[in-house]
Amino acid sequence: MDMFIYPEYEVVRNPDLCIGCRVCERQCANEVHHYDFDLKKMVADSTKCVNCHRCVCLCPTHALKIVKSQDTYKTNANWENQTINEVYRQAATGGVLLSSMGNPKPFPIYWDKILLNASQVTNPPIDPLREPMETTVYLGRQKCEVVRDGSGKLKNTLAPQLKLNMPIMFSAMSYGSISYNAHEALARAATELGTYYNTGEGGLHKDFYQYGPNTIVQVASGRFGVFKDYLDTGAAIEIKMGQGAKPGIGGHLPGKKISADVSATRMIPQGVDAISPAPHHDIYSIEDLRQLIYSLKESTAYKKPVIVKVAAVHNVAAIASGIARSGADIIAIDGFRGGTGAAPTRIRDNVGIPIELALASVDSRLREEGIRDNVSIVVGGSIRSSADVVKAIALGADACYIATAAVLAMGCHLCRTCNVGKCNWGIATQVPELVKRLNPDVAAERLVNLVTAWNHEIQEIMGGMGINSIEALRGNRLMLRGVGLNETELKILGIRHAGESL
Amino acid sequence: MKRIYVNEQWCLGCHLCEYECAFANSGMTDMAKALKGKEIHPNIRVEDGTDGIHFAVNCRHCSDPICVRSCIAGALSRTEDGMVQIDKSKCVGCFTCVLVCPYGAIMPDADGHAAQKCELCTRNLCGEPNCVKHCPNRAIVYEDRG
Repeated sequence: MDMFIYPEYEVVRNPDLCIGCRVCERQCANEVHHYDFDLKKMVADSTKCVNCHRCVCLCPTHALKIVKSQDTYKTNANWENQTINEVYRQAATGGVLLSSMGNPKPFPIYWDKILLNASQVTNPPIDPLREPMETTVYLGRQKCEVVRDGSGKLKNTLAPQLKLNMPIMFSAMSYGSISYNAHEALARAATELGTYYNTGEGGLHKDFYQYGPNTIVQVASGRFGVFKDYLDTGAAIEIKMGQGAKPGIGGHLPGKKISADVSATRMIPQGVDAISPAPHHDIYSIEDLRQLIYSLKESTAYKKPVIVKVAAVHNVAAIASGIARSGADIIAIDGFRGGTGAAPTRIRDNVGIPIELALASVDSRLREEGIRDNVSIVVGGSIRSSADVVKAIALGADACYIATAAVLAMGCHLCRTCNVGKCNWGIATQVPELVKRLNPDVAAERLVNLVTAWNHEIQEIMGGMGINSIEALRGNRLMLRGVGLNETELKILGIRHAGESL
Repeated sequence: MKRIYVNEQWCLGCHLCEYECAFANSGMTDMAKALKGKEIHPNIRVEDGTDGIHFAVNCRHCSDPICVRSCIAGALSRTEDGMVQIDKSKCVGCFTCVLVCPYGAIMPDADGHAAQKCELCTRNLCGEPNCVKHCPNRAIVYEDRG
């Protein structure tokens, strides 16, 4: 620990409640707690604490809490404590600052500045407990041509589709960045829910091929673990061009996370850093992208939809327009608040744009150009609740990707130190003793609970609007009103201000 | 009958079950009051292996319990549904049961006068085994496996 930096969080123990069971000591991979035999009591070293709350949650008498340190430099609105500490940290190490999970900075959250409509008097709300409420979504190219066979019968020319029971999928998290047990939980939950999880760029462990019908396999710039069986096993193939947390940046999985199993799955040597280049070295244009899309389609007999995932950046609408013409079936857009196992802090906190604005501009652009039906749109990058899902769909998305919410459901407490690899919750780690802390039976159940609860809420919200099908909500921006947004923001979002009628 | 089973694959060796057991059988409603500053005598014990293996051991409620057969005072018996129980008022503290139990699941109680063992939290206010209820990783389960 840097001598310049006072610990940001402090472990506070209530001595009246602590029974000295030492559960906190046994459960902390950062070795914060220990029992002092001379003092005959538990003591804690806050400098090592990452505020993951493992000890707080497991303490049987609730004797522990973690509080934000009140230690402060002279108050300065420009040079805040964290800003100063980051300078100290870099002065001590000479390194690029690394962070994990999504951008925590106080940028506007447009979801929270958008309000939903409900039916009153002139159009009745619908009770989802008494009447059918359709949340099934099909993702893929919806446009098809009318072609008849020799006998005049219609031929099915519909492109391959993904069927989701609810407009929610688990977004890409690679095996390597997250543990085997976390992957198993996601795979099992997606299967039970009738939706999909995403392998991320780390390949697919052979044990999980059985969940193939609910797996989206990713092809990223590092091409880790990509081979024929992998592509054939997935229900869809996702080409990852970018990630919301670190647009324009590749990936770097440290060698210590490349265990024997990860090495076999990724098809790279054990213990060697796994570097994903920033670009795909064979893609420098939409035409190049089209070649990869059709290579993947050709190798899987045109049976699977191909997703192209991009980070939400300034020019995202034009990029999406190109992708919609490139042969892709689905565009996934990842907003600037999207999570990550590790990203350079400056990139994570300063690059990209909010998903709400990106989604609205992409949907509008594709509609204007008459190519919206060429593709489905999936959005991710901090979808935090069912209300966010409903708002995203009303802004024009076909479905949402969730990952931060999913890892939270599994136990993550957003301590944002995934990059260290010592996740006390057994999620973002490859250390066997830590991985076993995540029982996939429990984690899968919690994931299923979360998404089921959200789906119930989506049905309730839709019913309130008098809408009985997710299809009728998609792009229905009249169901949205902005509060506290300026003209430009309203124009980009394509919504009216609260108080404005039709 | 339903028994407590342990899946060592998920046992973290956190030892919470020991404290939850001691609390459950303390007769008190406040854990800190019940256990603070005291040595605990739980009916469940976590064995910690050297290679990262942990296993919470308690009474298996054997179908032919050697402890019941060895009890000279008739304190140990098997209920109709198969739970092995102890009547401490009959126990003379010979601890033959402690010696014969192949699992080490019976031990002298806190004052050393009688034996104690897991009775599936049927004799306290928990209603269901407290170790199972509080296992953070579902390593200890309460199931009928026939």
